Amino acid sequence: MGAGRVERSLDRGRMRLPDEETPVPSDEEPPDGWYVDRRAWLIGAASVLGATAGELLSPALPTAGESAPEDPTRVPGAVPSAYGVRSRFERAQRVTTATHSLTPYQSLHGIVTPSSLHFERHHNGVPAINPHRHRLLVHGLVDRPLMLSMDELTRFPSLTRTLCIECSGNTGKEWKDPVGRTVQETHGLMSTSEWTGVQLATVLAECGIRPDAMWVLAEGGDAAAMTRSLPLKEVLNEAVLCYAHNGEALRPEQGYPLRLVIPGWEGNTCIKWLRRLKLGAAPFMTREETARYTDLMPDGKARQFTFVMEAKSVITSPSGGQRIEPGFVEIRGLAWSGRGKITTVEVSMDGGRMWDQAQLQEPVLPKCHTRFRFGWRWKGEDVLLQSRCADETGYVQPTRAALVAARGVHSSYHYNAIQTWKIARDGLVTNVHL
Amino acid sequence: MYTYNAALVVVGIALSGSGVGLAEESIGYGVGRPVTVAEVQAWDIDITPTGAGLPPGRGTVIQGATVYAAKCASCHGPTGIEGPQNRLVGGHGSLDSEHPVKTIGSFWPYATTLYDYIRRAMPWNAPQSLTPDEVYAVVAWLLHQNGIVPADAVMDAGTLPAVRMPNREGFVADPRPDVGSHE
Repeated sequence: MGAGRVERSLDRGRMRLPDEETPVPSDEEPPDGWYVDRRAWLIGAASVLGATAGELLSPALPTAGESAPEDPTRVPGAVPSAYGVRSRFERAQRVTTATHSLTPYQSLHGIVTPSSLHFERHHNGVPAINPHRHRLLVHGLVDRPLMLSMDELTRFPSLTRTLCIECSGNTGKEWKDPVGRTVQETHGLMSTSEWTGVQLATVLAECGIRPDAMWVLAEGGDAAAMTRSLPLKEVLNEAVLCYAHNGEALRPEQGYPLRLVIPGWEGNTCIKWLRRLKLGAAPFMTREETARYTDLMPDGKARQFTFVMEAKSVITSPSGGQRIEPGFVEIRGLAWSGRGKITTVEVSMDGGRMWDQAQLQEPVLPKCHTRFRFGWRWKGEDVLLQSRCADETGYVQPTRAALVAARGVHSSYHYNAIQTWKIARDGLVTNVHL
Repeated sequence: MYTYNAALVVVGIALSGSGVGLAEESIGYGVGRPVTVAEVQAWDIDITPTGAGLPPGRGTVIQGATVYAAKCASCHGPTGIEGPQNRLVGGHGSLDSEHPVKTIGSFWPYATTLYDYIRRAMPWNAPQSLTPDEVYAVVAWLLHQNGIVPADAVMDAGTLPAVRMPNREGFVADPRPDVGSHE
């Protein structure tokens, strides 16, 4: 993760992403102390430890003294507001670090991630951008290089899609050990939103793509000038230059005022604060596609341009840090695939020996979260709870053992193995590896 | 805007009727304005492996040591090994071991990427603040620290693309799906 400001460099306890270099092990460092931001964990722990799944889904009402009338039917309520905020009794929040934040899936419902809880990953902070001054430059192997204002970009024919964006490092701490204590920590680097913008193909056609253009460099207007080379033919299919997110202008942390969104591809290709597109004959080989975001294999070779996020699922409730009670428990989770639609999700209570079909909630959209559910009665026994999904290409989410056998444990990215939550007899749920 | 779109549709129908599709290349939306050379130059900061984009200027290993000590060492350590931020030096031959160490010397496939990245993103607290000579110099120092160029090396638009990185052949195409298919 590049050099850091001094105050960051002193913060040795923060959580690191897989693409942030692992510090050289030293005797002074606690063996597992470097990857968890302790302050962040305290916040996360306070919100989950000791709480039942029910409490997490529907937080307990405030104690006496917090201002809510005893009987709200006898007191006039608040007047309309210009821009809404959630109830002050709702506490779900992102776990934040210096470079990223994680979505609290243990507390969320449905498939759309609230904009305020959408995960973040920045390479040198969130820039403050005046949309009236922001421009998109399109140049390189085009007939007509163009400079486009935000007003001009919104004049093109528009498109809206509901899509999941997943960081390639999502669940990337799980390659070696069961590190994440909650689903927020294990799977919080993904979010689903409704995205609106203009198709990349429309804007590039306006500029006239030259026949020798094979790659496009997308560059952000942030302090990292974050950059990826993308194969032109593939991104012309579906990529969207987005200016809206869940119906309103993008949030600053999501790329305001303009973000490239490539359905199904790793989040770092969805360049935020987009200010430049340059067409070229070959990849530009930036740091982010050589030194970073490449997947190191056991033979020492690294896979490059590993764009697609393969099918994956996770049970969000019950999940790590929650405690369940005997009786009816609805198992709830999310499944998604960067290659298309989810076709099936199965649930296992015994670590993958027996599987039951879960119910998929419509709509089942391609390259998007699909909510699944399974009604279950817990009788207090030991449980190894898993979910396994398949997508429309026939791909089946692999076990952790199969994934590690194929790729070793040093590839950092694209960990999509079956997640196991252990439910102990006291009802407490923890992250385990089988 | 409505009028404009309506006009486009009319043109499209007319062209379709005559056997010609509504090709955006030939009609377009008339959105955006032409770019000046100066506008492109102001933002066109990428450097490709061929060296395209490298500016005039030059830097030596010795000059680079000074730049590095002043602007890089506080995060990357006095010799590029100590951190606390990314380790830049060493790790040669470690990639297929139990403890792979990915550095510029052990992992980066192209020397030109150093110029591109340092210019665009470093130093962390003042990106795009280094002069071309400073970037060339610190690149020279980093390559020398990794044993890739000699102590008297001079980096410029001619010499930098010619530097062969040790891990140049260390990357392969994405073979996925490699696991999990059609179980």
